[in-house]
This record gives sequence, C-alpha cells and structure tokens, in this order.
Amino acid sequence: MIKFNRFTLDNGLRVIVHEDSTTPMAVLNILYDVGARDENPDQTGFAHLFEHLMFGGSVNIPNYDGPLQRVGGENNAFTSNDITNYYITLPSANLETAFWLESDRMLSLAFSEKSLEVQRNVVIEEFKQRYLNQPYGDVWLKLRPMVYKNHPYQWATIGKTIKHIEDAKIEDVKAFFKKHYNPQNAIMVVGGDVKTDEIKAMAEKWFGPIPAGEKYVRNLPQEQPQHEERRETVTAKVPLNDVYIAFQMEGRTDESYYAVELMSDILSRGNSSRLHRSLIKDKQLFSEVHAYITGSLDKGMFVLEGKPLEHVSIEQAEDALWAEVERLKNEEVPADELIKVKNKTESTMVFSEMSLLDKAMNLAFYELMGDANNFNHESGKFLAVTAEQIKVQANAIFRKDNSSTLVYLAEKTDVPESELTELEN
Amino acid sequence: MTQLDRKTPPQFNGVENITLIHPEATTLDNGAKIFTFNSGDLDLVRIEWIFHNLRFNPAKPLLNVAVNTMLTEGTSKLTAAQIADKIDFYGAFLQVDFSYDHSQVTLYTLTKHLNSTLPVIKDILTDSIFPEKELQTFIRNQQQKLQVSLQKNDFVARREFNKALYGETIYGLAAQPEDFQSLKREDLAEKFREMYQPANCNIIIAGKADPQILEAVIKTFEGAWGEATVPADTTQPELKPSAERFIYKEKADALQSAIRIGTPFVNRTHPDFPALQVLNTVLGGYFGSRLMTNIREDKGYTYGIGSGMSSFKQTGSFFIASEVGADVCKAAVAEIEKEVNLLKTDLIPDEELSLVRNFMLGSLLGSLENVLSHADKFKNLYFAGLDYDYYYRYTQTVKNITAEELKALANKYFDFDNFYKVIVGKF
Repeated sequence: MIKFNRFTLDNGLRVIVHEDSTTPMAVLNILYDVGARDENPDQTGFAHLFEHLMFGGSVNIPNYDGPLQRVGGENNAFTSNDITNYYITLPSANLETAFWLESDRMLSLAFSEKSLEVQRNVVIEEFKQRYLNQPYGDVWLKLRPMVYKNHPYQWATIGKTIKHIEDAKIEDVKAFFKKHYNPQNAIMVVGGDVKTDEIKAMAEKWFGPIPAGEKYVRNLPQEQPQHEERRETVTAKVPLNDVYIAFQMEGRTDESYYAVELMSDILSRGNSSRLHRSLIKDKQLFSEVHAYITGSLDKGMFVLEGKPLEHVSIEQAEDALWAEVERLKNEEVPADELIKVKNKTESTMVFSEMSLLDKAMNLAFYELMGDANNFNHESGKFLAVTAEQIKVQANAIFRKDNSSTLVYLAEKTDVPESELTELEN
Repeated sequence: MTQLDRKTPPQFNGVENITLIHPEATTLDNGAKIFTFNSGDLDLVRIEWIFHNLRFNPAKPLLNVAVNTMLTEGTSKLTAAQIADKIDFYGAFLQVDFSYDHSQVTLYTLTKHLNSTLPVIKDILTDSIFPEKELQTFIRNQQQKLQVSLQKNDFVARREFNKALYGETIYGLAAQPEDFQSLKREDLAEKFREMYQPANCNIIIAGKADPQILEAVIKTFEGAWGEATVPADTTQPELKPSAERFIYKEKADALQSAIRIGTPFVNRTHPDFPALQVLNTVLGGYFGSRLMTNIREDKGYTYGIGSGMSSFKQTGSFFIASEVGADVCKAAVAEIEKEVNLLKTDLIPDEELSLVRNFMLGSLLGSLENVLSHADKFKNLYFAGLDYDYYYRYTQTVKNITAEELKALANKYFDFDNFYKVIVGKF
C-alpha cells in the first residue's frame, strides 16, 4: 500500500507526493506523455533522440548534469513506445536543485546545434551497440512491422533506421518540444523524505510560472484485428536458430490484462513454469524459452520465444510451443497452479515497495493510466482472475491467424570453430 | 512579486552523516556464522548463504560454477521440479550466484512463508545429488548460451582482459563450449561435500528479521550437515599475468569495437583504495566523468564509456571499457590515453574535485536505500576482512583528499604504456 497526496497546478501539471521518512533521500520523477508511438513515420526514433537532448542544457542552465552531481544527485531517463520518463535521486536536503533543473527544462531548452550533432552520433552508436552489433539484436526491428500494419508500434523506440536519426534538424527538435513538453502533458512524482506542503510551495514556485502550452490530443491509427498468419525467416550471422511467435493482445488498461499477464507467468515465470518444465527439462527441445507481454498502452504483443537445441527442427520447435498454448486453450489451469502465479505476483508487489524510485515510477505510470491509486488495487485484480478467464484469453489470443512468426536461421560456416581456437591463444 | 531567479542554483547542503546499520552476529555450534539486519516495515526477508570457493583447479575449470548452478537441480528427497514447485508456490525467489571468490544461494520470501521455504534451502545445501539427466541438460544449455555470448564483442573483450591479467586462475577463467563436456557427476558431488560445509558458510539475513525469524534460521541450520569432511581448502593459486599486453581480436564485419584497457590493481584492503576511487570517479566513474564528457558528449564516439575498480579477495583490477564505432576505435584509444595522462600532469581543478566529492557522498547515501543495501555494504567489508572503520576512512578521504595527492596517486598507479589493451572488432 503506497500512500500519497495529489494536486494539480493551474497550468495543468499533475503532482503526486509520496512521503517516506525511512530514507534520507528524495526522488523527483517526471513522466511526459509522449513516446515513439507519437512520432511521424518519416521521423522515427525522435522521441528517444529528444530524450538525449533534454540533457543538453536548458534556457537558463547551460549544463544539466553538473549542478545535480554537485549536490550529490544522480539522474537518468528512458523512452518507450508509450512514454518518456526522467528521474532524479538526491539527498532530500537538496531537493530544490531538482525542482530548479527540471522546471527550467520544462520551460524551454537551449536548443544547441552542437548538442544535437553529438547526440545524433551517440544515438547512432546506441543503435549499433544494442540493435545491430549483437546477435538477434535486430529482432524488434523485424518483428514489430509484422505485428503492426497501421499502429506506430510498428517501429522500435530507437527508430526504423539510422537515417531518420541522421536527418533530425533543430527545427524538428523545437517543434517536438512545443508539442509534447509542457505542464499539461506531464506527471510529476516527488517521493522520499519530503513533506507535501513544502512540495506544494516548491512546485508553485518553480513550475507554476510555466505556460500551460497546448494540450496534445493523441489520435493514432489503431491496429485492426489480425486475421492472417504472418511469417518471416531470416538467415543471419547468429550462433543458434531462434523462433519468435508474436500475438496481438489488448492494451494495458483493458480488463483482460490481468488474466493475460498471469497466463504469461504460467507459461514462463520461474523454473516451475510450463515452458521451462516441459520444453527444456522433460522434452529437451530448447536451451532457452520465454513467454512475455509488452504491456503496451495500445494493443500489445504476447511473445513466445525459444532457441531450439541443434538436433531440433524449426517445425518441431514451433509445434512444441503451439502444443503448450493449445493446452491453455483446452484445459483450465489447475487451482494450485493459479494460486502459485498469484502468490508470485503478490510477493513481487511487496518487494517492489523496497525501492523508492520504483514506487515513484509506478505512481506516475498509474496516474497516466487514469489513477495513481489503482496501483494499490493491482494485487486485488490479479487475485480475482479465474481459470475460466485465462482459458477465454488463451482462445482469443493463441490463434494461427493472430500470429506472426519470425525465425532466425543460423548461417552455417566453419568460422566459429577456428575463431574459438584463436581465442584460446 | 520578485522575478524568480532561474540562473542561480539553489543553496545546497553537503552530506554530513552517513549512518550504517550494523548486524547482530551469531555463530552456530557447527561454525556457521549468522549476521542479521532487522529493519523495515515490509513483511519480507532476504537470506543469503555465502560460501568461500574452493581452490581453483585449471584442469577442471568449470567445477565450482557447475556445483553452484546445479544446487537447485535435485536432492535425494526432492527433484528439480519439486524444488521449483515449492519455491514458486509460496511466491518466493531462489537464486544461485557464482562469483570469483564466493558461491551463494539467496532466498527472497515473504516472512509468512519462511517456514515453508526454509526447509528447501536446508535440503539443497546439505543433500544435493546432481542428477545425471539434469547435468546433461545443464551442459547442453550452457554450451548454447556460451556460443551466443561469444558472438558479443564486449563479452569477448572482458574474457580476454581477465585472462591476460590473471592467467589460469578463477579470475582469468575463459571457458570454451567443449569444456563443459568434462563435467562429471562424481566430481560435482565431491566438490559439493567439500565446499558446502557449515564452517565455510556465512548466513546473512536482512529485512523484517525479528527474533522468530532468526530462531527459525538457527533451528534449521544448526547441528551437523551430514557427514563431516576435511575443512574446505579455500586458498588459491598464484596469479600469473600474461607478458603480452596488446590483444587484438579482429572481427571483419564489426560495426563497433569493444575496448577494455587496464591493469591489475590494489583491492579494497589497501590504504590507497578510497583515494583511488576518487581518482577513478573523476576519470570514468560517473556520467559527468572526463571519459564520458570527452568521448561521448564531445566526440560522440560511443553510447557509453566508463572506468572502474574491481576488488577481489586475492587481487583487484582497474579498467576502462567501452564499445565505440569501428571507424573511430583508434581515435577513442588515443583520447583514453590522453585522459589518463592528464591526471598525471595536471591538477584536478577545485570545482571539479568538489563536485566529485559531493557526488560520491550523495551516491553513497543513495546506495543505502533499504535494509538490504545495508547488508550489501557489510558484505563488502566483511569479505575483505575490513570493519566499519573503512567507511569512516572512505568518507573522510572523499571529503579531504587534495588535488596534489590525487596527482601523486595517478603517477604512482597509472602507466598507460604498461596497461593491458584488448580490442575486439576493428582497430
């Protein structure tokens, strides 16, 4: 149970305060309601590139990181397809520095050409490091466009191509800022060793004078239900074959979410899960196998993934994955197994309260979804899920004509062996 | 109303007091030591069982890690499946972790389920049998995982670096997929008996660890753990660094090169260690560090670059690591050299040094987020043979060390020409 207070400034900035006197620290987390889904299809990767530019100096403060480090603070940020989230942790006695820094960059950036040029390069290196120079690193670049034909989830947060990042102009940066980075599109959570009335005063002082800006009204092309089996096979320089099967599922705020998340736990959470037990241990078909959901706000993905052992054909591997989801479609999950995944969810919720930053991020995200207090009702919703509901969801999701299968075939060469010998010397 | 001054930073305060929670210590009749950190409102607890590793045998390099990883794979009473069922059913998390110096088992559980989960741990620590079928699964899957890792430049660079620094010891271990084939069930069982003994066990409890919790742990783990054997030999062979200091693994189609540059180094027990942490922070230990500022934020050569110090029981290392665009690899190495040498020739400016002092103290304070983090700080000390005086010295050093002293340390410890340099990719 996380207690909090909530207020809204005249300019529309929503503020949540979570008082936790057990720590000498404070966090300030700002969620901006903008992600890669809000990008123009010809300028993908922009929300994430923009996140980098938020550290390139603001209108009154040339350097963002230095003054924060000087008061013992640390910060970072992440961009997803749905949101962009910035956070600071620092000794609570120095919290005002965080207000000073965050309010100035919400007011306006410095829009420096040098910063844009450097961050373009940094993000291009990030693109290479995470997506191109790793075995299987490009999976999301390939899988997303298979699952999404209309919705902007068809591209990854890093962008469709390096070209889009190279082409980013300072005018685009300014327009993006104006459209998305204003108080109406933000949720701020302050937590830790803080008092609500003091936070109210600091919020009024630093964020109150920022103009409300224009409200961004999101109107994205929605993904139509899938009615065809999709499939792609790539031969790549990867050491092992790999199979991905992605299914469309409802978005994060849909009532079905809880049953579907528990279903993914039944398949793949922990060593007692079905995929691990059946496909790795008993049938010995895979070296690794996973099931997970993306938890996207709009229509999401339920993904099955596995690396079959060398003697196992791709067809056998796919059949084995399908057999497991067919079981979910045909048989109700036994009571014990359902209790098991519910217990796991319950303890995960308790453990997540160990971290001040996690609490702050959760409050911001639940507020975005409608009400921060829903975080406190989350356990109850998982506990209420029935075996029947899981079966219904399994039948709705695990259809051949709702599947997108991506197969990586390992390019067979003699190189790996000689390379390994070389490494020995 | 006066205009809000957005140009001047608000007043700030230095970090004055950092209070660390000390454990309650108990030793059981069988020699196992228990350290308890009882704090916090949440009804959960983390319990770690930490064992010193046995002496490394280069002929059987994977034995220690295999024994540890397979602890969850079966006892004479419970199959791997039953172990997993029991732990998962109660919403608990069971982890096995292998590091160079220690092997450990960790249980995270809600306190209300402790009595159901604790006996499972007792069973795996005293009665693991390493079933042949599970061993074959382990071998197969680890071989496949290693094949994937070997395609990652940063993974290969780290291995090559460690191998060069530490040779045929646990620290330099660079297993090949075929090495897994040599694992034998009998060897695992024997190592298990030698190593997982109460006298070699440290139990660390953190969370809502009230007296009943401690009592439950004591009751479960006191007395004999099966047949007595000889005391575990946890001494280690001597380190033999490689004579070759430049290691280049070319990957023809690499988009990026992994760089790892560094040297064997003092560890936490050395009096210079806290001061060297300050020097390391300046160079590459935080986002505003010189390496990040120059090589990422000015040149845009990389997504990230940093330096660090590893502290092990027998040794330590200092290293700089990054993945950079293949076309700028040489330029990046030249910039790294420049930044290392600058520390030897120029004094760190006051403003930068005061920033680093505040950052490090804030970071230490921030790292004490909950009772588990206090237990982690204790482990740093305890396994290095240090006491809480270390953190007092650390904070005093961070607050008071001068630019002259840091320059002298840079000259004493940094010799770029003699650093090991590993490049995987293109150079």
